[in-house]
Amino acid sequence: MLLTQQSELLDRVPAVQTAGPRPPRRSSRSTARRLLALGWILPAVVVLAVFVYLPLAQNLGFSTLEWDIYSGSQEFIGAENYQRLVADPIFWSSLWNNVLYAVVSLAFQVFGAIVLAAIIESIRQDRWRRGLRAIYFVPSAISLTVAGLLFYFIYEPNLGMLNHALEAVGLGAWAQPWLGQESTAMISIIAMSQWQGFGYSTLLFAVAIQRIPSELYEAAAIDGIGAVRRFFTITLPLVREMTGLMIIVTISGAFQVFNEVMVMTSGGPNNSTQVLGTWLYRNGFVRNDFGYAAAIATVIFVITLGIALVQLWINRRRRVEW
Amino acid sequence: MVTRLTFAGVIARVFMWTFLLCLAVVVVYPLTWMVLNGFKTNAELFGNPFALPLQWGWENYSAAWNRGVSNYLTTSILVTVTSTIATVFISAWAAYGLARVEIPFSRTWATVILGGLMLAPTVALVPLVKMFQSMGLYNTFWALLILYTAFRIPFTTFLIRAYMIDLPREVDEAAEVDGASRWTAFWRIILPMCRPIIISVIILHILFAWNEYLFAMVFTSGTDVQTLPVGLTSLMSRHGTDYPVVFAGMVIAALPVVVLFFACQRYFVKGLADGIGK
Repeated sequence: MLLTQQSELLDRVPAVQTAGPRPPRRSSRSTARRLLALGWILPAVVVLAVFVYLPLAQNLGFSTLEWDIYSGSQEFIGAENYQRLVADPIFWSSLWNNVLYAVVSLAFQVFGAIVLAAIIESIRQDRWRRGLRAIYFVPSAISLTVAGLLFYFIYEPNLGMLNHALEAVGLGAWAQPWLGQESTAMISIIAMSQWQGFGYSTLLFAVAIQRIPSELYEAAAIDGIGAVRRFFTITLPLVREMTGLMIIVTISGAFQVFNEVMVMTSGGPNNSTQVLGTWLYRNGFVRNDFGYAAAIATVIFVITLGIALVQLWINRRRRVEW
Repeated sequence: MVTRLTFAGVIARVFMWTFLLCLAVVVVYPLTWMVLNGFKTNAELFGNPFALPLQWGWENYSAAWNRGVSNYLTTSILVTVTSTIATVFISAWAAYGLARVEIPFSRTWATVILGGLMLAPTVALVPLVKMFQSMGLYNTFWALLILYTAFRIPFTTFLIRAYMIDLPREVDEAAEVDGASRWTAFWRIILPMCRPIIISVIILHILFAWNEYLFAMVFTSGTDVQTLPVGLTSLMSRHGTDYPVVFAGMVIAALPVVVLFFACQRYFVKGLADGIGK
């Protein structure tokens, strides 16, 4: 019975949809019924309140404690953890590494990905277009852990592909222990991360480009406008919303980096690849300095929340513009 | 459309294809290397990293399997399946409530649920560890199930809600006229209409849960509750330089999601277009 009802409904929908203004909403709902309606969102709200918002609030409290995990002693020390943070050179180098991460990722996974997606979508053979998109995406599917381990081996001085490849093309002088020295470790990790992530953002931009009405490109082709100008006058402006979203996602992702660093170097050598996430982990779970770790968490919270609020603000402003 | 091929145009196309194919090689070659190394012996691996394996044996795969990978795989499958089901149902319920039911203070509730999108899991890490320890859930499968569900509800709800908002309002009214309860309307009408977005949020959640590392590392320690990403790193540290076994484990970990992606690519792209493209 219900199945036929449903298909009838579906058949009826387009006709109703286009016909005239919406019927006025009924407002004679009883309070009891409206309260009952809260049942729909209750599971989500409870789960989020207990496991996301409560810990978040607790974290702020923890960050004001001197907390010895072995003796269990807790002592309120106010802003002392934050003062320690400001004076901690590794905190600042971690923060800098996150910033570096963000900048490189913006270049490759936002601006590089738009260009790449535009090139792929300009291919006329459907099979090549889909094939390339899929190939570029594979590293994103294999997980950061597998990719991180793989590149750990690629960078490895003895059996690693990179040094062998450099020697094979006569650049043997460039061969070096990529992850083993402070000067190259961080940038090597960031490079892996670009390899892993660019396919994902390229796919998203390809999807956004597909939504651009093809008439625009056809008109441009008739007017004899070249590919480069087409990119700047049609593609780029019309994927602006996706670009805005990806810029925010990329930056805020860069301040949450953890997995790849942990797998490849654990923050070493000599803390040169420490990022906020791994520095938090090291203080909280290796040194058992929970209060200090909570203070680092607060910094991550403030930064990522700030980025998210900027995104909201931009979105709102844009809506008014249109 | 008629295209005239100018000399410059030909050069540009040659450049374009060279670039695209080079990039494909950069992506595919390391992956091929990984798979090949899973078949080598340690001596071969260190001798000439570029050579093909002399013998194509499955010893490394069975060794990896027996040294914990079978356990990791079981845990990964269990955590991924259960958290996908929990996340998608709770999120679809919430999305329905936010998009199609009149609830008191709906804007506030929307902010509470979708606001979770802005919060990084790292930030709640220290208190969560304390909480799960005191609840006796530390180092259990439940810890991962709960965390993966809780932290993915905002994103999943966001995508499903965006899709539900665009369904015509008359659908609910017609259902009500026909005497269907809210519950029936949700199950029998709205949810089936949301199939494209449900499929893509399922794929996105599977990709997430299968590959998640931070929570899995902090909240589990025993071989029988570790997921593949964490299990692989402990395989690596436990077995010293027996690298071909590690490579075999990496291939076992990577294969299911790569296969899943290729099998669902069409739905995945369509779902992304419907959901995120908005």
